Amino acid sequence: MHTTRGGIAALTAAGAILALSACVPNSPAGGEAAVTVESTVDDCAVSTATAPSGIVTFDVTNATDLTTEFYVLADDELRIVGEVENIAPGAPRALTVQLTPGEYFTVCKPGMVGDGVGKSSFTVTDSGADVSPVGGEADRIETAATNYVAYVKDQVAQLVTGTDAFLAAYTAGDDETARSLYAITRANYERIEPVAESFGDLDPAMDFREADVPAGDEWSGWHRIEKDLWPPTDAGYVALTAAERQSFSERLATDTAALYDAVHDPGYSVTIDAISNGAIGLMDEVATGKITGEEEIWSHTDLWDFSANLEGARVAYEGVRDIVEEKDAELVAELDDEFAALEADLAAYGSLDTGFVYYDELTPEQVKALADGVNALAEPLSRLTAALVG
Amino acid sequence: MAPRDHDTPGAEPGEATPPRGGLSRRGLLGLVGAGAAGAAAGVAGTSAVAQATAATSSGAAATYPFFGAHQSGIVTAAQDRLHFAAFDVGDIDRAELKVLLQDWSAAAARMTRGDGAGPEGPVGGAYDAPPDDTGEALDLPAAGLTVTFGFGPTLFTDAAGRDRFGLASRRPVELIDLPHFPGDALVDTLTGGDLCIQACSDDPQVAVHAIRNLSRIAFGRASLRWSQLGFGRTSSTTRAQATPRNLFGFKDGTSNVKAEDTGEVAAHVWVGDDSAQSWMSGGSYLVARKIRMTIETWDRASLREQERVVGRTKGEGAPLSGGTEFTAVDLEKSTSDEVPLIDQAAHVRLAHRDTNRGAVMLRRGYNFVDGNDDLGRLNAGLFFISFQRDPEQFVAVQNSLAANDAMNEYIKHVGSGIFAVPPGAASGSFVGAGLFD
Repeated sequence: MHTTRGGIAALTAAGAILALSACVPNSPAGGEAAVTVESTVDDCAVSTATAPSGIVTFDVTNATDLTTEFYVLADDELRIVGEVENIAPGAPRALTVQLTPGEYFTVCKPGMVGDGVGKSSFTVTDSGADVSPVGGEADRIETAATNYVAYVKDQVAQLVTGTDAFLAAYTAGDDETARSLYAITRANYERIEPVAESFGDLDPAMDFREADVPAGDEWSGWHRIEKDLWPPTDAGYVALTAAERQSFSERLATDTAALYDAVHDPGYSVTIDAISNGAIGLMDEVATGKITGEEEIWSHTDLWDFSANLEGARVAYEGVRDIVEEKDAELVAELDDEFAALEADLAAYGSLDTGFVYYDELTPEQVKALADGVNALAEPLSRLTAALVG
Repeated sequence: MAPRDHDTPGAEPGEATPPRGGLSRRGLLGLVGAGAAGAAAGVAGTSAVAQATAATSSGAAATYPFFGAHQSGIVTAAQDRLHFAAFDVGDIDRAELKVLLQDWSAAAARMTRGDGAGPEGPVGGAYDAPPDDTGEALDLPAAGLTVTFGFGPTLFTDAAGRDRFGLASRRPVELIDLPHFPGDALVDTLTGGDLCIQACSDDPQVAVHAIRNLSRIAFGRASLRWSQLGFGRTSSTTRAQATPRNLFGFKDGTSNVKAEDTGEVAAHVWVGDDSAQSWMSGGSYLVARKIRMTIETWDRASLREQERVVGRTKGEGAPLSGGTEFTAVDLEKSTSDEVPLIDQAAHVRLAHRDTNRGAVMLRRGYNFVDGNDDLGRLNAGLFFISFQRDPEQFVAVQNSLAANDAMNEYIKHVGSGIFAVPPGAASGSFVGAGLFD
């Protein structure tokens, strides 16, 4: 998959004009486009689906009675190139962002939860304008951190609605639907797992496996429900009662809401090394838990987690890639290759959209080949932080 | 006594006898006889550290007495190599179990002297019979061999609740079944056992020779359940030894209980005379944990992360609170903005006695690499062994670690065992004799 490198130097609405005038006073005027966006209950109407590369300003109006958000996503539909949030009803906001040629997506998120409405492709054509990164390194680091926080919020917001749908099926006794939603919903969590782990008690409550639980503590969270949906066939497993299902579901929903609140706290921020270390941490997750089939021991949906971890690592990497490239182009070239290679390896077994092969259907040789690919990526990736902050 | 070429501060006469070089395995006999007598005298004495420490020559020539107040291989200066084995006792009765233990002690006493497992030795017996020693240690010295025996909970009451040997009433309350700790991924075939033998030596072939021959002696009475080779010690048990490194590359066991700390040893290692099971007085409890290290992911962690996880510097082994290796860890010390210098989840903090209401253990672990796994990763780790007067000391520390240790991201406990280690045998008797009184 080709991934556009553009837009790393996206500027949030508040800082945009200042940063532009301060740092690139002589930026060629080649592409400067104005686009209007109307966020409604079920759409995100963008006045044009194309713009020339360069500075693009999105004027966003909110026609709903909810607080809304507007995002410009990279072509992976995950990484955020620019976003403006907390757009009150009737109070327009502008997003100014520098876009390099390539494919993007626009989407609005009224109510600030879920995966948004009116997602549309947005093409940036080559205007010939200078779209080299804007600003000094400090500005670019700040922008990278801002966009990463926005991405985390977006993933957690999707997790909230996805979890609601999953738990609704589960508590209603619709196990088939719940099973079909389980792995894909967890992808929103697995993409940002190191973030969740940074909030102490939440990851244990939401994502502990049975063996992780201290004696005397109650096991709860995703994997407790996983076991109930894919119960052991050999031993005398006792299915959860409706009341128990309700109780575990409420707890997971509460913990998910707590995660949402934590990352939406105005004080929540990330440092640049936390982003690059997050990429490394996600690949360690793959190496330790997913490639061994231990994470999803009942559902065997480990490759979904693998894919989401890999996507999360890719997003974190892309967020700092251009900053690193100026310092260590060789490392960036190697990482580009290894990410692409591992993504290709994994694509042989499916995708998050179409589903993957179950872990217990993989041959030992296939697992070994995937593990080799993880090592090939993780080793150079482990040098990312030093290259970034060095 | 043999001439003592090197005096070790704190070492008692007759503990380790470094003979002159060039002696054959057989030729050590005379020297060791003297050493054994010295140790036997130690039995009569009251010193809890009568056989505490090692010679400075921890080299191939050292020998340690088999008979004594305490079994060797506990406060003995940690040798470089380990072969540990756990056994299941077969369908035999109490009397046969007693004979097995007698046979084991007799063979162990011979081998720790540098002699063969059986009285005839590798080439001394009938030509038409297989030798009573397997022979691979024929030209090797004792190499500091110690053989330490232990009894698992299932020897007293098996999994089905049966009292196979009339020993249920002799089970010490301290010999608990270890609880499930968070993150435990125990493999049944690496866990438990009715009996255990810890063989340590400075020569791996000598350690393996001991286990091999003791296993052979047990055929028909007890069979190997699991066993573990350790190629490098990860603990020092005396001040004379440099602190070795584990496979994370860090010094391990800096603040271990040391043989010279006689008060600590008496308080934390040996079972006292007040034990409700008097046959255990002078003994100890052994906890073994096979800890797999995912060294591949560890090796990708930045030095900053590695030191944060451990709580010590990688080079010197100094606590991150400052000083040098043996500087006391300061858990309270913080930066000016109140970030503790030793992370809240650092291994050294969570394992520290101040975090565990004073609980300490004598650790005697070894590095292992058992080939590789199906994913092309070294099957590497640390075979943890600790000795303590009450396994609750281990439980307290492990509960602290298992719940919060930052290191848990890189390790997994896959094997486990707990064993009552009886006191040493009086000369001519056998380890565990008190159990049959």
